[in-house]
Amino acid sequence: MNLAVRDIRHNAGRFAFTTVGIGMLLMLVMGMGGIYRGLIFEATLLVDRVGADLWVVQGSTRGPFAEISRLPANLEDRVLAVPGVARARRFVSHTIQREHLGRPLRMVVQGLAWPDDQGEWVPLVAGRPLRQAHYEMIADQSLGLPLGEKIKLGKDVYEVVGQTRGLVGTGGDGLTFFTASDALAIQFDVPGEAVRLERAARRARTEDMDLGRLQPLLLDRVACLASGLPSLATPQVSAILVTLQPGADEAAVRSVLRTWPDITVYSTQEQKDLLLAGMVDKARRQLGLFRTLLIIISTIVIALIIYTLTLDKIRDIALLKLIGARNTVIGGLILQQALLMGAVGYALAWIMGLYVFPHFPRRVLIDPADLTSLALIVVVISTLASLIGIWKALRVEPNTVLAV
Amino acid sequence: MTSPAAQQPAIEVANLRKVYGRGHTEVVAIRDATLQIGRGEIVGLFGPSGSGKSTLLTAMALINPPTAGQIAIGGQPVMDGPRAMVDARAFRRQHIGFVFQKPNLIPFLTALENVQVALEINDTPATKARERALELLDYLGVRPRADNLPDALSGGEQQRVAIARALANDPSIILADEPTASLDGALGRQVMELFAKVAHERHAGVLVVTHDARTLDVFDRILDVEDGAIRVRDNPKESASAS
Repeated sequence: MNLAVRDIRHNAGRFAFTTVGIGMLLMLVMGMGGIYRGLIFEATLLVDRVGADLWVVQGSTRGPFAEISRLPANLEDRVLAVPGVARARRFVSHTIQREHLGRPLRMVVQGLAWPDDQGEWVPLVAGRPLRQAHYEMIADQSLGLPLGEKIKLGKDVYEVVGQTRGLVGTGGDGLTFFTASDALAIQFDVPGEAVRLERAARRARTEDMDLGRLQPLLLDRVACLASGLPSLATPQVSAILVTLQPGADEAAVRSVLRTWPDITVYSTQEQKDLLLAGMVDKARRQLGLFRTLLIIISTIVIALIIYTLTLDKIRDIALLKLIGARNTVIGGLILQQALLMGAVGYALAWIMGLYVFPHFPRRVLIDPADLTSLALIVVVISTLASLIGIWKALRVEPNTVLAV
Repeated sequence: MTSPAAQQPAIEVANLRKVYGRGHTEVVAIRDATLQIGRGEIVGLFGPSGSGKSTLLTAMALINPPTAGQIAIGGQPVMDGPRAMVDARAFRRQHIGFVFQKPNLIPFLTALENVQVALEINDTPATKARERALELLDYLGVRPRADNLPDALSGGEQQRVAIARALANDPSIILADEPTASLDGALGRQVMELFAKVAHERHAGVLVVTHDARTLDVFDRILDVEDGAIRVRDNPKESASAS
């Protein structure tokens, strides 16, 4: 006869309420793990999908996913000249926040090396890749921009021609894909007044110089578009993505690139590791701390409930001892209740999670290995939680039952 | 032919002494108590509150070790002074039945399960335990209530189930602590008659601690406890008619 099940049957309401509470706590623990997995998935999705063998980034930096990386756009031509390199593409990545239809809209802007890269590799769920050099974009569905939607970014209007699903950056903001030149235009867009002021300042600075006074035509040149001034910086990109020729020796290509002091080169795996070791690692630690706290809280809740249930039947336990029940019978009763509470709570957590997690703003990826480890944790915490109840039960004197 | 154990007295207590405290706080709860209850015998233990009845009962139940004296149950020595000569808990489940003032049924078990649990903790297989529990409930007239939880039973029915539980493992001795105190007169008498029936038909020794003088006639012997000392009342039937 299973005493634990019969006691639970008798206290079904309390047991149900408690296990729902435990289930919700465990669902949060499960969800935290899922958020972390989702974070890694989302963070590495782009790196995985973009299909680069090597990432060339600004010298002595960790690349665009870890910090600001600025490279001249024409670096791709230098890289392309390295033996073994089949393809070099400029990569632009930055996050912007704009107002759209009265609500803030944050997006990660990715620049594709048009016309070499039109975004064929981007996993589209609707629409098509980019087909023209300007004013088209691919947007993730999480941004709420339907196909055909037009949005003004900077001074230009862009039309959504393709859609992805679940493609977001490390901050959870949806990815958008533009041609690299459009991405740069969006990034370096400045208001007209600022442009005019900058041009006037340039002109004023030149007028103050001998060269400006001796060559008055220069005054008109310095007041023109910044991109038309060779003395100013060429367009800056975040990285150059390198695809190697089939059979090319990656180490050889890297050894050549390493000799260039203005850049640093990483493999895709290294870039992913840097990505995960930085921002994602902090999130992992934070989520881990929350999970630990929630597990401790769950343990305390189970322990308190089991202890209360034990106190409620302390007279029955004394009676069982009086009529000769072994400690294993009494301890087993309490331990089984704690394990049942944990097991039912875990099952509820999983079921509730199926319905709740899809509504989370970030992707929640429930990994079978995480589920297994959480199940083991639940067994451990249920066992620990039962100890205080068992301790109380084993201390009760059998003659307690004789007291009226 | 009966086994040698069955021929032994249900319980024998010799020179039992229980002292609480020390020095000037010393209280003698039992003074050199000696008694013997045979199988098939029902004995009443009377005495005012604080006379030592409960102390004697708990000592005989192996839950309150005496300071001195010996206890043997079914012919087997179990206590020699404060020293237990057997595993007390294991011995209780095999050889001693308990009935209390309140039935103390486990509230989350049905009447049947309350009896069955006493058998199962004594390693009786579940099927056999169920059969035996049903037989005992039938014997005590509560089989129709077998599947009811204690809450749904009357006080008398609950006490019958408690007696069935006490009988479950064919104990040598049943110790009953004021089992009719919470029942009205008629029900109390019924329960006391059940104890007599159990003692005589099941050949168990029954010791009933009671205040209820209306049931004196059911006892084969009556013991009076006063200031921890036991005195045998000469003729219980006469006592009954006198009361």
